[in-house]
Amino acid sequence: MKPNKNIWQSIRFSPLFKSIFRHGYDDTKQNKILQIRSNVFLHLHPVKVPAHAMKIRFTWCMGGITFFLFLVETITGILLMFYYRPVPEYAYQDMKYLEFDVPFGILLRNIHRWAAHLMVGTVMLHMLRVFLTGSYKPPREFNWVVGVMLLIFTFLLSFTGYLLPWDQLAYWAITVGTNMIRATPFIGHEGPFALLDKYNDVRFMILGGTEIGANALLRFYVLHIVVLPAAAIIFMAVHFWRIRKDGGISGPL
Amino acid sequence: MPLFVPLPLCSLVPLYKTMYHSKSKKHLVWPDLAFMEFLTAVALTIILIAWALLANAPLLEIASPARSENPSKAPWYFVGLQELLVYFDPWIAGVMIPSIIVFCLMMIPYVDCNSKGSGEYSFSLRKFAVINFIFGFLMWLTLLFVGFFLRGPSWQLYLPWESWEKVKDIEENLWSLNPAVGLISLLAYLALFIILPAVIKKDFYKRRGIARYAIVMLSLALMYFVPMKILLRLVFNIKYVLVTPWFNV
Repeated sequence: MKPNKNIWQSIRFSPLFKSIFRHGYDDTKQNKILQIRSNVFLHLHPVKVPAHAMKIRFTWCMGGITFFLFLVETITGILLMFYYRPVPEYAYQDMKYLEFDVPFGILLRNIHRWAAHLMVGTVMLHMLRVFLTGSYKPPREFNWVVGVMLLIFTFLLSFTGYLLPWDQLAYWAITVGTNMIRATPFIGHEGPFALLDKYNDVRFMILGGTEIGANALLRFYVLHIVVLPAAAIIFMAVHFWRIRKDGGISGPL
Repeated sequence: MPLFVPLPLCSLVPLYKTMYHSKSKKHLVWPDLAFMEFLTAVALTIILIAWALLANAPLLEIASPARSENPSKAPWYFVGLQELLVYFDPWIAGVMIPSIIVFCLMMIPYVDCNSKGSGEYSFSLRKFAVINFIFGFLMWLTLLFVGFFLRGPSWQLYLPWESWEKVKDIEENLWSLNPAVGLISLLAYLALFIILPAVIKKDFYKRRGIARYAIVMLSLALMYFVPMKILLRLVFNIKYVLVTPWFNV
Protein backbone atom coordinates (compact mmCIF):
# COMPACT_ATOMS: atom_id res chain seq x y z
CA MET A 1 0.00 0.00 0.00
CA LYS A 2 2.93 2.29 0.47
CA PRO A 3 3.45 3.21 -3.20
CA ASN A 4 -0.25 4.15 -3.45
CA LYS A 5 0.09 6.40 -0.48
CA ASN A 6 3.07 8.06 -2.06
CA ILE A 7 1.19 8.62 -5.29
CA TRP A 8 -1.71 10.14 -3.38
CA GLN A 9 0.66 12.31 -1.38
CA SER A 10 2.41 13.58 -4.49
CA ILE A 11 -0.95 14.42 -6.08
CA ARG A 12 -2.29 15.94 -2.89
CA PHE A 13 0.63 18.31 -2.49
CA SER A 14 1.15 19.09 -6.16
CA PRO A 15 0.77 22.75 -7.16
CA LEU A 16 -2.08 21.78 -9.51
CA PHE A 17 -4.16 20.05 -6.82
CA LYS A 18 -3.50 22.75 -4.27
CA SER A 19 -4.54 25.43 -6.73
CA ILE A 20 -7.97 23.77 -6.92
CA PHE A 21 -8.54 22.42 -3.41
CA ARG A 22 -7.04 24.75 -0.84
CA HIS A 23 -7.70 22.68 2.25
CA GLY A 24 -7.50 19.05 3.21
CA TYR A 25 -9.28 17.23 5.98
CA ASP A 26 -6.90 18.05 8.81
CA ASP A 27 -8.68 17.72 12.11
CA THR A 28 -7.76 21.16 13.35
CA LYS A 29 -10.15 23.93 14.27
CA GLN A 30 -8.49 26.33 11.84
CA ASN A 31 -8.90 23.91 8.96
CA LYS A 32 -12.55 23.22 9.82
CA ILE A 33 -13.26 26.94 9.76
CA LEU A 34 -11.44 27.39 6.44
CA GLN A 35 -13.44 24.51 4.89
CA ILE A 36 -16.56 26.67 5.21
CA ARG A 37 -15.06 30.12 4.82
CA SER A 38 -13.11 29.52 1.63
CA ASN A 39 -15.68 27.42 -0.24
CA VAL A 40 -18.17 29.31 -2.37
CA PHE A 41 -20.88 26.66 -1.97
CA LEU A 42 -20.40 25.93 1.72
CA HIS A 43 -20.02 29.54 2.83
CA LEU A 44 -23.79 29.85 2.62
CA HIS A 45 -23.38 28.52 6.16
CA PRO A 46 -21.88 30.37 9.07
CA VAL A 47 -18.75 28.74 10.49
CA LYS A 48 -20.58 27.80 13.67
CA VAL A 49 -24.23 27.11 14.41
CA PRO A 50 -26.00 26.84 17.76
CA ALA A 51 -26.65 23.32 19.04
CA HIS A 52 -30.41 23.45 18.39
CA ALA A 53 -29.80 24.17 14.68
CA MET A 54 -28.47 20.61 14.37
CA LYS A 55 -31.66 19.07 15.79
CA ILE A 56 -34.13 17.81 13.23
CA ARG A 57 -36.90 17.99 15.80
CA PHE A 58 -36.34 21.75 15.88
CA THR A 59 -35.79 22.57 12.18
CA TRP A 60 -37.59 19.59 10.60
CA CYS A 61 -34.92 20.17 7.90
CA MET A 62 -37.73 21.40 5.67
CA GLY A 63 -36.01 24.51 4.31
CA GLY A 64 -32.90 22.56 3.37
CA ILE A 65 -34.93 19.74 1.83
CA THR A 66 -36.95 22.24 -0.22
CA PHE A 67 -33.72 23.77 -1.56
CA PHE A 68 -32.36 20.31 -2.37
CA LEU A 69 -35.58 19.46 -4.23
CA PHE A 70 -35.26 22.71 -6.19
CA LEU A 71 -31.80 21.57 -7.30
CA VAL A 72 -33.19 18.13 -8.26
CA GLU A 73 -35.93 19.86 -10.28
CA THR A 74 -33.37 22.07 -12.01
CA ILE A 75 -31.12 19.16 -13.03
CA THR A 76 -33.89 16.78 -14.12
CA GLY A 77 -35.72 19.70 -15.77
CA ILE A 78 -32.70 20.63 -17.91
CA LEU A 79 -32.29 16.99 -18.95
CA LEU A 80 -35.99 16.79 -19.86
CA MET A 81 -35.63 19.92 -22.02
CA PHE A 82 -33.41 17.94 -24.38
CA TYR A 83 -36.36 15.68 -25.24
CA TYR A 84 -39.37 17.99 -25.05
CA ARG A 85 -40.85 20.39 -27.59
CA PRO A 86 -43.51 22.82 -26.30
CA VAL A 87 -45.92 22.67 -29.24
CA PRO A 88 -49.21 20.73 -29.29
CA GLU A 89 -48.08 18.65 -32.29
CA TYR A 90 -45.09 17.19 -30.44
CA ALA A 91 -45.52 17.70 -26.68
CA TYR A 92 -47.58 14.56 -26.05
CA GLN A 93 -45.52 12.49 -28.49
CA ASP A 94 -42.38 13.53 -26.62
CA MET A 95 -43.95 12.24 -23.40
CA LYS A 96 -44.46 8.85 -25.06
CA TYR A 97 -40.96 9.06 -26.51
CA LEU A 98 -39.58 9.68 -23.00
CA GLU A 99 -41.58 6.77 -21.67
CA PHE A 100 -40.70 4.16 -24.28
CA ASP A 101 -37.59 5.19 -26.22
CA VAL A 102 -35.31 7.48 -24.21
CA PRO A 103 -33.01 5.43 -21.94
CA PHE A 104 -34.10 6.17 -18.37
CA GLY A 105 -36.53 8.74 -19.80
CA ILE A 106 -39.45 7.54 -17.71
CA LEU A 107 -37.25 7.58 -14.59
CA LEU A 108 -36.23 11.15 -15.35
CA ARG A 109 -39.81 12.31 -15.79
CA ASN A 110 -40.98 10.41 -12.70
CA ILE A 111 -38.29 11.97 -10.51
CA HIS A 112 -39.16 15.43 -11.83
CA ARG A 113 -42.86 14.90 -11.17
CA TRP A 114 -42.60 13.36 -7.71
CA ALA A 115 -39.95 15.79 -6.50
CA ALA A 116 -42.24 18.64 -7.61
CA HIS A 117 -45.15 17.28 -5.56
CA LEU A 118 -42.84 16.72 -2.62
CA MET A 119 -41.49 20.27 -2.89
CA VAL A 120 -44.97 21.81 -2.65
CA GLY A 121 -45.50 19.79 0.53
CA THR A 122 -42.12 20.58 2.12
CA VAL A 123 -42.50 24.29 1.42
CA MET A 124 -45.85 24.30 3.28
CA LEU A 125 -44.36 22.34 6.19
CA HIS A 126 -41.40 24.73 6.29
CA MET A 127 -43.81 27.63 6.67
CA LEU A 128 -45.63 25.80 9.46
CA ARG A 129 -42.36 25.16 11.30
CA VAL A 130 -41.22 28.77 10.96
CA PHE A 131 -44.59 29.93 12.29
CA LEU A 132 -44.62 27.52 15.22
CA THR A 133 -41.14 28.59 16.32
CA GLY A 134 -42.11 32.28 16.05
CA SER A 135 -39.25 32.80 13.63
CA TYR A 136 -40.99 35.61 11.74
CA LYS A 137 -40.67 37.95 14.70
CA PRO A 138 -38.30 40.93 14.63
CA PRO A 139 -35.73 41.16 13.16
CA ARG A 140 -36.90 38.47 10.71
CA GLU A 141 -40.19 40.03 9.53
CA PHE A 142 -39.12 40.71 5.96
CA ASN A 143 -37.58 37.30 5.47
CA TRP A 144 -41.01 35.80 6.22
CA VAL A 145 -42.46 37.97 3.45
CA VAL A 146 -39.75 36.74 1.06
CA GLY A 147 -40.67 33.20 2.14
CA VAL A 148 -44.34 33.79 1.28
CA MET A 149 -43.24 34.95 -2.19
CA LEU A 150 -41.22 31.74 -2.55
CA LEU A 151 -44.29 29.72 -1.56
CA ILE A 152 -46.22 31.42 -4.38
CA PHE A 153 -43.40 30.82 -6.87
CA THR A 154 -43.38 27.13 -5.88
CA PHE A 155 -47.13 26.87 -6.54
CA LEU A 156 -46.78 28.68 -9.87
CA LEU A 157 -43.79 26.58 -10.94
CA SER A 158 -45.75 23.43 -10.22
CA PHE A 159 -48.89 24.80 -11.87
CA THR A 160 -47.14 25.87 -15.11
CA GLY A 161 -45.35 22.52 -15.28
CA TYR A 162 -48.66 20.70 -14.95
CA LEU A 163 -49.77 21.69 -18.48
CA LEU A 164 -46.62 20.57 -20.27
CA PRO A 165 -47.39 16.82 -20.74
CA TRP A 166 -50.36 17.97 -22.86
CA ASP A 167 -52.60 15.08 -21.85
CA GLN A 168 -56.22 15.15 -20.68
CA LEU A 169 -55.19 15.45 -17.02
CA ALA A 170 -52.98 18.45 -17.76
CA TYR A 171 -55.41 20.14 -20.12
CA TRP A 172 -58.46 19.98 -17.88
CA ALA A 173 -56.63 20.75 -14.64
CA ILE A 174 -55.23 23.93 -16.16
CA THR A 175 -58.65 24.68 -17.66
CA VAL A 176 -60.21 24.51 -14.19
CA GLY A 177 -57.40 26.61 -12.72
CA THR A 178 -57.43 29.32 -15.36
CA ASN A 179 -61.23 29.49 -15.64
CA MET A 180 -61.28 31.01 -12.16
CA ILE A 181 -59.18 33.89 -13.48
CA ARG A 182 -62.12 34.87 -15.73
CA ALA A 183 -63.93 35.92 -12.56
CA THR A 184 -61.29 38.42 -11.39
CA PRO A 185 -63.05 41.68 -10.46
CA PHE A 186 -62.52 44.48 -13.03
CA ILE A 187 -59.93 42.72 -15.21
CA GLY A 188 -61.67 39.38 -15.84
CA HIS A 189 -64.53 39.29 -18.33
CA GLU A 190 -66.93 37.33 -16.07
CA GLY A 191 -65.99 38.98 -12.80
CA PRO A 192 -67.89 41.69 -10.93
CA PHE A 193 -67.50 45.15 -12.51
CA ALA A 194 -65.90 43.61 -15.62
CA LEU A 195 -64.29 46.29 -17.80
CA LEU A 196 -62.83 44.01 -20.47
CA ASP A 197 -64.18 41.34 -22.80
CA LYS A 198 -62.97 37.81 -23.35
CA TYR A 199 -60.48 38.89 -26.03
CA ASN A 200 -58.46 41.26 -23.86
CA ASP A 201 -58.99 40.32 -20.21
CA VAL A 202 -56.41 38.94 -17.80
CA ARG A 203 -57.13 35.32 -18.75
CA PHE A 204 -56.48 36.13 -22.41
CA MET A 205 -53.14 37.62 -21.39
CA ILE A 206 -52.13 34.50 -19.47
CA LEU A 207 -53.29 31.98 -22.10
CA GLY A 208 -52.52 34.00 -25.21
CA GLY A 209 -56.02 33.12 -26.43
CA THR A 210 -59.57 32.48 -25.28
CA GLU A 211 -58.81 28.85 -24.57
CA ILE A 212 -55.81 26.67 -23.89
CA GLY A 213 -53.89 26.06 -27.10
CA ALA A 214 -50.45 26.40 -28.65
CA ASN A 215 -49.92 29.90 -27.23
CA ALA A 216 -50.81 28.85 -23.70
CA LEU A 217 -48.48 25.86 -23.91
CA LEU A 218 -45.59 28.04 -25.05
CA ARG A 219 -46.30 30.69 -22.40
CA PHE A 220 -46.47 28.14 -19.61
CA TYR A 221 -43.26 26.55 -20.89
CA VAL A 222 -41.31 29.82 -20.90
CA LEU A 223 -42.69 30.77 -17.49
CA HIS A 224 -41.85 27.30 -16.20
CA ILE A 225 -38.27 27.06 -17.39
CA VAL A 226 -37.04 30.67 -17.38
CA VAL A 227 -39.18 33.32 -15.71
CA LEU A 228 -40.30 31.55 -12.54
CA PRO A 229 -37.01 29.74 -11.80
CA ALA A 230 -35.12 33.02 -12.27
CA ALA A 231 -37.51 34.80 -9.92
CA ALA A 232 -37.27 31.95 -7.42
CA ILE A 233 -33.46 32.00 -7.53
CA ILE A 234 -33.35 35.76 -6.86
CA PHE A 235 -35.75 35.45 -3.94
CA MET A 236 -33.90 32.40 -2.59
CA ALA A 237 -30.64 34.35 -2.66
CA VAL A 238 -32.27 37.11 -0.61
CA HIS A 239 -33.95 34.52 1.67
CA PHE A 240 -30.68 32.73 2.51
CA TRP A 241 -28.70 35.97 2.81
CA ARG A 242 -31.26 37.44 5.18
CA ILE A 243 -31.14 34.37 7.44
CA ARG A 244 -27.48 35.18 8.08
CA LYS A 245 -27.90 38.94 8.26
CA ASP A 246 -30.94 38.85 10.53
CA GLY A 247 -29.17 36.97 13.29
CA GLY A 248 -28.67 33.46 11.92
CA ILE A 249 -30.98 30.48 12.24
CA SER A 250 -33.86 31.16 14.59
CA GLY A 251 -33.48 30.08 18.16
CA PRO A 252 -34.34 31.08 21.68
CA LEU A 253 -32.97 34.53 22.43
CA MET B 1 -51.27 55.62 15.52
CA PRO B 2 -47.56 55.16 14.79
CA LEU B 3 -47.76 51.71 13.28
CA PHE B 4 -44.63 51.47 11.19
CA VAL B 5 -42.37 54.17 12.61
CA PRO B 6 -41.01 52.32 15.65
CA LEU B 7 -40.57 49.04 13.81
CA PRO B 8 -36.99 49.57 12.58
CA LEU B 9 -35.94 50.64 16.05
CA CYS B 10 -37.47 47.73 17.91
CA SER B 11 -36.08 45.40 15.25
CA LEU B 12 -32.54 46.22 16.22
CA VAL B 13 -32.84 45.10 19.83
CA PRO B 14 -33.54 41.39 19.19
CA LEU B 15 -30.91 41.38 16.43
CA TYR B 16 -28.36 42.63 18.92
CA LYS B 17 -29.51 40.06 21.44
CA THR B 18 -29.23 37.16 18.97
CA MET B 19 -25.81 38.18 17.81
CA TYR B 20 -24.12 38.99 21.08
CA HIS B 21 -26.07 37.42 23.90
CA SER B 22 -26.67 33.93 22.59
CA LYS B 23 -25.52 31.59 25.32
CA SER B 24 -26.29 28.29 23.60
CA LYS B 25 -23.46 25.94 22.75
CA LYS B 26 -22.07 26.29 19.24
CA HIS B 27 -21.13 23.55 16.78
CA LEU B 28 -18.70 23.83 13.91
CA VAL B 29 -20.56 23.44 10.61
CA TRP B 30 -17.68 21.45 9.14
CA PRO B 31 -17.87 18.54 9.45
CA ASP B 32 -20.96 17.98 11.64
CA LEU B 33 -23.74 19.92 9.90
CA ALA B 34 -22.26 19.53 6.42
CA PHE B 35 -22.19 15.77 6.97
CA MET B 36 -25.82 15.70 8.10
CA GLU B 37 -26.84 17.70 5.06
CA PHE B 38 -24.93 15.32 2.83
CA LEU B 39 -26.65 12.31 4.40
CA THR B 40 -30.05 13.95 3.98
CA ALA B 41 -29.32 14.62 0.32
CA VAL B 42 -28.24 10.99 -0.21
CA ALA B 43 -31.33 9.66 1.58
CA LEU B 44 -33.65 11.91 -0.43
CA THR B 45 -31.98 10.88 -3.69
CA ILE B 46 -32.56 7.22 -2.80
CA ILE B 47 -36.18 7.91 -1.85
CA LEU B 48 -36.83 9.81 -5.10
CA ILE B 49 -35.25 7.14 -7.28
CA ALA B 50 -37.18 4.38 -5.46
CA TRP B 51 -40.43 6.34 -5.78
CA ALA B 52 -39.76 6.98 -9.48
CA LEU B 53 -39.07 3.27 -10.06
CA LEU B 54 -42.21 2.16 -8.22
CA ALA B 55 -44.75 4.66 -9.54
CA ASN B 56 -45.09 6.26 -12.94
CA ALA B 57 -46.12 9.89 -13.32
CA PRO B 58 -49.68 9.95 -14.66
CA LEU B 59 -50.20 10.33 -18.40
CA LEU B 60 -53.72 10.08 -19.82
CA GLU B 61 -54.75 10.34 -23.45
CA ILE B 62 -53.69 13.30 -25.57
CA ALA B 63 -55.34 16.61 -24.66
CA SER B 64 -58.63 17.13 -26.40
CA PRO B 65 -60.58 20.37 -25.94
CA ALA B 66 -63.72 18.65 -27.24
CA ARG B 67 -63.85 15.90 -24.61
CA SER B 68 -63.89 17.15 -21.03
CA GLU B 69 -62.84 15.00 -18.10
CA ASN B 70 -65.48 14.44 -15.44
CA PRO B 71 -64.50 15.40 -12.84
CA SER B 72 -61.79 17.84 -13.94
CA LYS B 73 -59.64 18.48 -10.93
CA ALA B 74 -57.08 21.22 -10.43
CA PRO B 75 -53.61 20.13 -9.21
CA TRP B 76 -53.90 18.87 -5.62
CA TYR B 77 -52.56 22.03 -3.96
CA PHE B 78 -55.27 24.13 -5.67
CA VAL B 79 -58.07 21.60 -5.24
CA GLY B 80 -59.00 23.26 -1.93
CA LEU B 81 -59.86 26.44 -3.83
CA GLN B 82 -61.80 24.39 -6.36
CA GLU B 83 -63.70 22.79 -3.47
CA LEU B 84 -64.66 26.29 -2.32
CA LEU B 85 -66.39 26.81 -5.69
CA VAL B 86 -69.25 24.75 -4.25
CA TYR B 87 -69.84 27.40 -1.62
CA PHE B 88 -68.66 30.63 -3.26
CA ASP B 89 -68.76 32.27 -6.68
CA PRO B 90 -65.52 31.95 -8.68
CA TRP B 91 -64.45 35.56 -8.06
CA ILE B 92 -64.38 34.81 -4.31
CA ALA B 93 -63.13 31.20 -4.33
CA GLY B 94 -60.57 31.57 -7.10
CA VAL B 95 -59.42 35.17 -6.84
CA MET B 96 -60.31 36.96 -3.60
CA ILE B 97 -59.63 34.11 -1.15
CA PRO B 98 -56.13 33.25 -2.45
CA SER B 99 -55.21 36.96 -2.69
CA ILE B 100 -56.42 37.61 0.85
CA ILE B 101 -54.56 34.53 2.15
CA VAL B 102 -51.31 35.75 0.58
CA PHE B 103 -51.80 39.29 1.88
CA CYS B 104 -52.62 38.08 5.40
CA LEU B 105 -49.64 35.71 5.48
CA MET B 106 -47.34 38.57 4.54
CA MET B 107 -48.85 40.82 7.22
CA ILE B 108 -48.37 38.31 10.07
CA PRO B 109 -44.96 39.62 11.27
CA TYR B 110 -46.17 43.22 11.17
CA VAL B 111 -49.39 42.72 13.13
CA ASP B 112 -48.17 40.21 15.71
CA CYS B 113 -46.98 42.49 18.48
CA ASN B 114 -46.28 39.66 20.92
CA SER B 115 -42.50 39.54 21.24
CA LYS B 116 -42.56 36.36 23.32
CA GLY B 117 -41.89 32.91 21.91
CA SER B 118 -39.41 34.02 19.24
CA GLY B 119 -37.27 31.11 18.07
CA GLU B 120 -38.84 28.39 20.21
CA TYR B 121 -41.85 26.11 20.15
CA SER B 122 -44.22 27.64 22.62
CA PHE B 123 -47.96 27.33 22.72
CA SER B 124 -48.50 28.91 26.13
CA LEU B 125 -46.75 32.19 25.19
CA ARG B 126 -48.58 32.60 21.86
CA LYS B 127 -51.97 30.91 22.23
CA PHE B 128 -53.89 33.44 20.12
CA ALA B 129 -51.46 33.35 17.16
CA VAL B 130 -50.94 29.58 17.19
CA ILE B 131 -54.63 28.65 17.50
CA ASN B 132 -55.68 30.87 14.60
CA PHE B 133 -52.80 29.87 12.33
CA ILE B 134 -53.32 26.16 12.97
CA PHE B 135 -57.05 26.59 12.32
CA GLY B 136 -56.32 28.17 8.92
CA PHE B 137 -53.69 25.55 8.08
CA LEU B 138 -56.01 22.66 8.98
CA MET B 139 -58.89 24.23 7.03
CA TRP B 140 -56.63 24.42 3.96
CA LEU B 141 -55.65 20.74 4.41
CA THR B 142 -59.27 19.65 5.01
CA LEU B 143 -60.45 21.35 1.82
CA LEU B 144 -57.58 19.70 -0.08
CA PHE B 145 -58.54 16.32 1.35
CA VAL B 146 -62.24 16.64 0.51
CA GLY B 147 -61.55 17.98 -2.98
CA PHE B 148 -58.89 15.42 -3.79
CA PHE B 149 -60.28 12.23 -2.24
CA LEU B 150 -64.02 12.69 -1.80
CA ARG B 151 -65.19 14.39 -4.99
CA GLY B 152 -66.36 12.37 -7.96
CA PRO B 153 -68.21 13.04 -11.23
CA SER B 154 -70.01 16.42 -11.37
CA TRP B 155 -68.16 17.28 -8.16
CA GLN B 156 -70.56 15.16 -6.09
CA LEU B 157 -69.50 13.69 -2.76
CA TYR B 158 -68.28 10.09 -3.19
CA LEU B 159 -66.74 8.15 -0.34
CA PRO B 160 -63.53 6.32 -1.29
CA TRP B 161 -65.28 2.92 -1.51
CA GLU B 162 -68.23 4.21 -3.56
CA SER B 163 -68.13 3.55 -7.29
CA TRP B 164 -68.06 6.52 -9.64
CA GLU B 165 -70.16 4.46 -12.05
CA LYS B 166 -73.24 5.06 -9.95
CA VAL B 167 -74.40 8.53 -10.98
CA LYS B 168 -75.60 10.66 -8.11
CA ASP B 169 -78.51 12.93 -8.93
CA ILE B 170 -78.07 16.52 -8.01
CA GLU B 171 -81.00 17.46 -5.80
CA GLU B 172 -80.59 20.84 -4.29
CA ASN B 173 -83.17 23.36 -3.21
CA LEU B 174 -81.00 26.36 -2.57
CA TRP B 175 -82.26 29.75 -1.52
CA SER B 176 -80.66 33.09 -0.77
CA LEU B 177 -81.29 35.59 1.98
CA ASN B 178 -83.31 38.68 1.21
CA PRO B 179 -80.77 41.41 0.17
CA ALA B 180 -81.64 43.67 3.11
CA VAL B 181 -81.49 40.85 5.65
CA GLY B 182 -78.24 39.62 4.09
CA LEU B 183 -76.60 43.02 4.17
CA ILE B 184 -77.63 43.63 7.78
CA SER B 185 -76.50 40.20 8.97
CA LEU B 186 -73.15 40.49 7.17
CA LEU B 187 -72.51 43.94 8.61
CA ALA B 188 -73.62 42.75 12.04
CA TYR B 189 -71.21 39.79 11.80
CA LEU B 190 -68.31 42.06 10.86
CA ALA B 191 -69.21 44.65 13.49
CA LEU B 192 -69.53 42.06 16.24
CA PHE B 193 -66.29 40.37 15.24
CA ILE B 194 -64.38 43.64 15.12
CA ILE B 195 -65.95 45.68 17.92
CA LEU B 196 -66.81 43.07 20.55
CA PRO B 197 -63.25 41.91 21.39
CA ALA B 198 -62.11 45.55 21.72
CA VAL B 199 -64.92 46.25 24.17
CA ILE B 200 -64.56 43.08 26.21
CA LYS B 201 -60.77 42.96 26.32
CA LYS B 202 -59.55 46.54 26.19
CA ASP B 203 -56.01 45.39 26.83
CA PHE B 204 -56.06 43.22 23.71
CA TYR B 205 -57.03 46.27 21.65
CA LYS B 206 -54.66 48.72 23.31
CA ARG B 207 -51.59 46.57 22.84
CA ARG B 208 -52.17 46.47 19.09
CA GLY B 209 -53.38 49.96 18.31
CA ILE B 210 -56.14 50.64 15.82
CA ALA B 211 -54.31 49.75 12.57
CA ARG B 212 -52.90 46.40 13.71
CA TYR B 213 -56.11 45.51 15.51
CA ALA B 214 -58.27 46.27 12.47
CA ILE B 215 -56.08 44.17 10.14
CA VAL B 216 -55.98 41.22 12.56
CA MET B 217 -59.70 41.15 13.32
CA LEU B 218 -60.79 41.75 9.73
CA SER B 219 -58.55 38.91 8.51
CA LEU B 220 -59.88 36.59 11.19
CA ALA B 221 -63.47 37.63 10.46
CA LEU B 222 -62.91 36.72 6.80
CA MET B 223 -61.18 33.44 7.65
CA TYR B 224 -63.92 32.27 9.99
CA PHE B 225 -66.56 33.37 7.50
CA VAL B 226 -65.46 30.55 5.16
CA PRO B 227 -66.44 27.61 7.45
CA MET B 228 -69.56 29.52 8.52
CA LYS B 229 -70.69 29.92 4.93
CA ILE B 230 -69.99 26.22 4.34
CA LEU B 231 -72.19 25.34 7.34
CA LEU B 232 -74.96 27.69 6.19
CA ARG B 233 -74.95 25.93 2.84
CA LEU B 234 -74.81 22.39 4.21
CA VAL B 235 -77.31 22.84 7.05
CA PHE B 236 -79.73 25.49 5.77
CA ASN B 237 -79.22 25.20 1.97
CA ILE B 238 -78.35 28.89 1.74
CA LYS B 239 -76.71 29.73 -1.59
CA TYR B 240 -75.94 33.41 -1.07
CA VAL B 241 -75.86 35.47 2.10
CA LEU B 242 -75.81 38.69 0.13
CA VAL B 243 -77.32 39.20 -3.31
CA THR B 244 -76.57 42.40 -5.22
CA PRO B 245 -76.98 43.33 -8.89
CA TRP B 246 -73.17 43.27 -9.30
CA PHE B 247 -71.98 40.33 -7.26
CA ASN B 248 -73.18 37.71 -4.78
CA VAL B 249 -71.54 36.58 -1.57
